[in-house]
Amino acid sequence: MEITEKKNEGQIVLAVSGSVDTVTSPELQKAILTAFQKSKDLVIDMAGVPYMSSAGLRALLIGQKTATSKGGSMALTGVQNTVMQVFEMSGFSRVLTIK
Amino acid sequence: MKELLLAASDETLYTVLDAIKDELNKNGCPGDVQTQILISAEEIYVNIAHYAYGGKAGEAKVQIEVGGDPKTCKVVFYDRGMQYNPLEKEDPDTTLSADERQIGGLGVFMVKTMMDKVDYKYTDGQNIFTMIKKL
Repeated sequence: MEITEKKNEGQIVLAVSGSVDTVTSPELQKAILTAFQKSKDLVIDMAGVPYMSSAGLRALLIGQKTATSKGGSMALTGVQNTVMQVFEMSGFSRVLTIK
Repeated sequence: MKELLLAASDETLYTVLDAIKDELNKNGCPGDVQTQILISAEEIYVNIAHYAYGGKAGEAKVQIEVGGDPKTCKVVFYDRGMQYNPLEKEDPDTTLSADERQIGGLGVFMVKTMMDKVDYKYTDGQNIFTMIKKL
């Protein structure tokens, strides 16, 4: 998994590519929490993520809770169908902001 | 049938997933079904790696079988750790808001949702978890 961080009009955009699984999700969680230290609004570009297990959901839920506690936002873009299936079955499609 | 005997840890997760992927690719398994099987295998294997031996070293055996008519993928996980039936774990409430949701607890629920059949038994000191998915 690779994560690239960019700034876009005050927002931080994290572009993630590769599998988000038990091994890689701590890195995503760290990147999300680091981004929220710099900005209260975060976009995660998921176009390069074909696979996400519950470990990845955990990282995103921590991100969403952090966004709420800071009065900010976390939005996901480019979510692939295989990952959207995981969001729908877990109820995360209602919990996360997916664009 | 392919059989793997591994030290149960996150470090051997990709060995398990790659072996399953190989068998599924050989049998022309569609990508979305393959992803569901791999996610389910990860959830079960990681549970064994993290909890079966209470943080101590231990082994896991994984058997992978793809075939039959209609074609199915069957993955069986064995460990000699603490007796634990993951299917008895209560399903999470997936209708709760982000604030109300607990961190974790989704893995086994996802396995039950994505697989066509799951089974657990404890025999001869072994936890045996079986999952089956039609290809």
